[in-house]
Amino acid sequence: MAAHAKRVRPGGLAAAGPAEKALRYALLLLVLALTVSPFLWQLSTSLKSLTEDVYSRTPTFLPEHPTLDNYAQVADAIPVWSYAANSLVVAAIVITGNVIGATMAGYALARLRFRGAKLLLGLFLATLVLPGEVTIVSQYVTVRSLGLADTLLGVALPGAIAMLNVLLMRTAFAAIPQEMDEAAVIDGATAWQRLRHIGLPNVRGMLSVITIFTFIGAWDDFLWPLIVLTDPDHYTLTVGLQYLNGTFTSNPRLIAAGTMISFVPIVVVFAALQRYFFRGVEEGAIKG
Amino acid sequence: MTHRRWFTPWLLVAPAVVWLLVFNLWPSLNTVVLAFTNAKPLGGGHFTGLANFARALDDSQLTDALVNSIVYMLVCLPLLTMLPLLLAILVEKRLPGITFFRTAFYTPVVASAVVVALIWGWVLDDRGLVNGFAQWLGVVAAPVPFLTDRWLLLFSAISLTVWKGLGYYMIIYLSALGNVRRELHEAAAVDGAGAVRRFWSVTVPGVRNTMLLVSVLVSVSALRVFSELYVLSNGTGGPGGRDMSVVMLIQLYTRGFSGHLGYASALSIVLFVITIGPMLLLLRLDRKAA
Repeated sequence: MAAHAKRVRPGGLAAAGPAEKALRYALLLLVLALTVSPFLWQLSTSLKSLTEDVYSRTPTFLPEHPTLDNYAQVADAIPVWSYAANSLVVAAIVITGNVIGATMAGYALARLRFRGAKLLLGLFLATLVLPGEVTIVSQYVTVRSLGLADTLLGVALPGAIAMLNVLLMRTAFAAIPQEMDEAAVIDGATAWQRLRHIGLPNVRGMLSVITIFTFIGAWDDFLWPLIVLTDPDHYTLTVGLQYLNGTFTSNPRLIAAGTMISFVPIVVVFAALQRYFFRGVEEGAIKG
Repeated sequence: MTHRRWFTPWLLVAPAVVWLLVFNLWPSLNTVVLAFTNAKPLGGGHFTGLANFARALDDSQLTDALVNSIVYMLVCLPLLTMLPLLLAILVEKRLPGITFFRTAFYTPVVASAVVVALIWGWVLDDRGLVNGFAQWLGVVAAPVPFLTDRWLLLFSAISLTVWKGLGYYMIIYLSALGNVRRELHEAAAVDGAGAVRRFWSVTVPGVRNTMLLVSVLVSVSALRVFSELYVLSNGTGGPGGRDMSVVMLIQLYTRGFSGHLGYASALSIVLFVITIGPMLLLLRLDRKAA
């Protein structure tokens, strides 16, 4: 009920006057131009044909003869579609690992009493102080000694259960009223049954947030796959794009087409799911 | 809660504990161990005492990288602490279409840093949009070397980081603004306080803790910068390799024939030392908030 009342809250001060409204929209449009114009410029470049001068001093946002040739050509320069598939494989492994691993551990930490739970929680928390870049060298040494250097599994494995997600799932499970569990215990439900029938239905929101951000994180990651992967056939999309940039800088249309192949899926995913994201923000669910 | 078999909780936490040990605790420990060896990507691994740290003291590239980090932090800190707050105030009011604007402002955050850097590399190219436009206007005669000058490259990367970060911190502020009591604003407005006055006397004190949180997050991420500088300089680190960040040096020494895992580990410890200050501040804030 309280959450519902918050959602319809108009926000800020009472109704704005027409002058304030006009000023606000003017500023909104200005910021909009600053945020989206580089993307639009890149999209426009990717659609320009070879005969059109992309270096023109009087830049044109609309291509004269829009063409998809550059998208076909970038696939000739680098195996861009198999790079995208590689990125998807990594994302799929990381999402599966986090959804299962963080759910199980989060549930045990929030709802079951056992020796060492406090110590474990402390250790999970402590890892958050360490920026990932600090351990990236020895992370690489570990992955290499597992025989996973230059493999997609090697890229995916270290992040397959993120400590932050364990803590987020613990918070989500802890918010379920204790009485629901107690009633189930009286009915003879085991811990696994309670996780399935009481826990999971109540943490769907957090699970979808974790899924979205795990996907974005895996799809966008650059430094770690750059370190693990050596064979250009194994590259993920971000590493492949930098490779394209280093090798074929002569034609900005191709690089523009490549960046759009990486950018469009993530924007579609985010635009489709932004409702859940911003609802969480307004309810104050997302902090830091 | 009760459970019949004592090992049930351990079965549930087992995978996460394996990851905690193998991919978190062990690498932390191993970084310290490696930092005192001459481990190479191929072979090596003998104890060499403080040799790596002595080398670090003497490394002019590391000095450059640390200077870059400090400049990065000093520029990002005020910009990314204040601009996103103003942006959050702008999108706070539920005007028609506001969801569209919020989503659009957040778009640079979900895009990969590589994509964003490639786009900016094209926009800031000698023959790119900005230089073309500036020359067409006659503001400059020759193209501005945004990507080939030691300092301009650094500032190009910084402006990219700021541009990409605006939406991220905007969302954190937006969440915090919901908790600033509306009655305070209304009372101040009734008392005749203008918008600027209300900003400084009501909004800023109301989101003070969030501002501290944001400034810590901004500092730490400025020290961790990698992709922006790497892609804008095409992996070279700019003219004379002077536009490297600490993370770029770590990456450089982790790979290839010139690799030196021991030295890269020592650099990792340097990175840890410079980020620990802001991190500890964050933990303290967290405890206070809780």
